Amino acid sequence: MVFEIFRQEKKGQPFAHAGSVEAPDAAFADAWAREQYGRRGESEALWLVPRASIHAITEWADEFDLKYRRVDGYSIKTRLKEARERAGTTPSLDS
Amino acid sequence: MNERAQLLLSIADDELILGWRDSEWTGIAPTLEEDVAFSSIAQNEIGHARALYELAAQELGTDSDALAFDRDPGEYRCAPLVELHLLDWAHTIARRYLYEEADRVRINALMHSDDAELAGLAAKIDREETYHRMHAELWAARLAAEPRFRSAVEELWPFALGVLEQELRPDLAQRVGLDVVAAHERGEHTPELAELWNVMTEVRRSIPGAQW
Repeated sequence: MVFEIFRQEKKGQPFAHAGSVEAPDAAFADAWAREQYGRRGESEALWLVPRASIHAITEWADEFDLKYRRVDGYSIKTRLKEARERAGTTPSLDS
Repeated sequence: MNERAQLLLSIADDELILGWRDSEWTGIAPTLEEDVAFSSIAQNEIGHARALYELAAQELGTDSDALAFDRDPGEYRCAPLVELHLLDWAHTIARRYLYEEADRVRINALMHSDDAELAGLAAKIDREETYHRMHAELWAARLAAEPRFRSAVEELWPFALGVLEQELRPDLAQRVGLDVVAAHERGEHTPELAELWNVMTEVRRSIPGAQW
């Protein structure tokens, strides 16, 4: 079985994928993950997730090339400023 | 040498030599994950050896490196079990399992010793040994029905008994489920120890007295 290992570096931080461990069962995965990802005090906590339990999404349909739904190249900063000026609600630096 | 120093050196030598032997698997253990775990356990054992040598060194007016490297092979007090140069994984795991069981009995006795310093160190070592035991028990359970593992355990059993003082052996026998038999006693050395010593002390002997 392959277990994907997620590591939390400090309390309150999000868990991030750290790597994987191949083990015959969960008990071996526990022993091996401790040694591989925790023995230098580098982890606050670990999550061991059987790879089979992960629902992955890797394919995306965009048949109609709906570019207008994307924001790349669209500078919202300038447009927002213009809109605010038109509406007279430009945030003042003093307030 | 007084009894306390002898006891400390016996345990320290066991941990150093087994740590050395187990580290011979670094890079060639059966799987990558086991390689990392096994190497880490070997390093821990050498760490325990250092702490014990430091305690003995205070007693003997020397330092831990001198105790670990500057004695002649015949002066080491380790049990023959840890000296064996074992080539296959079944024997290696059988030795780890038997050593951990023997060590558990020994550490437990030390934790209840009147010697507060020694009892404190034993308790500290015991906390780290929890993971070593978990590792050894997993393997022993997994290989329990494997003939090569069973015969390795039987073959090494008289060596495992030699790790402990006579009065602690029935405890070990009960844990492992085998009978107390004649042991390969501490004080006997296998030819493998001299070979190991030659390699282990090579750098230290190359420039005596150097600070690394």
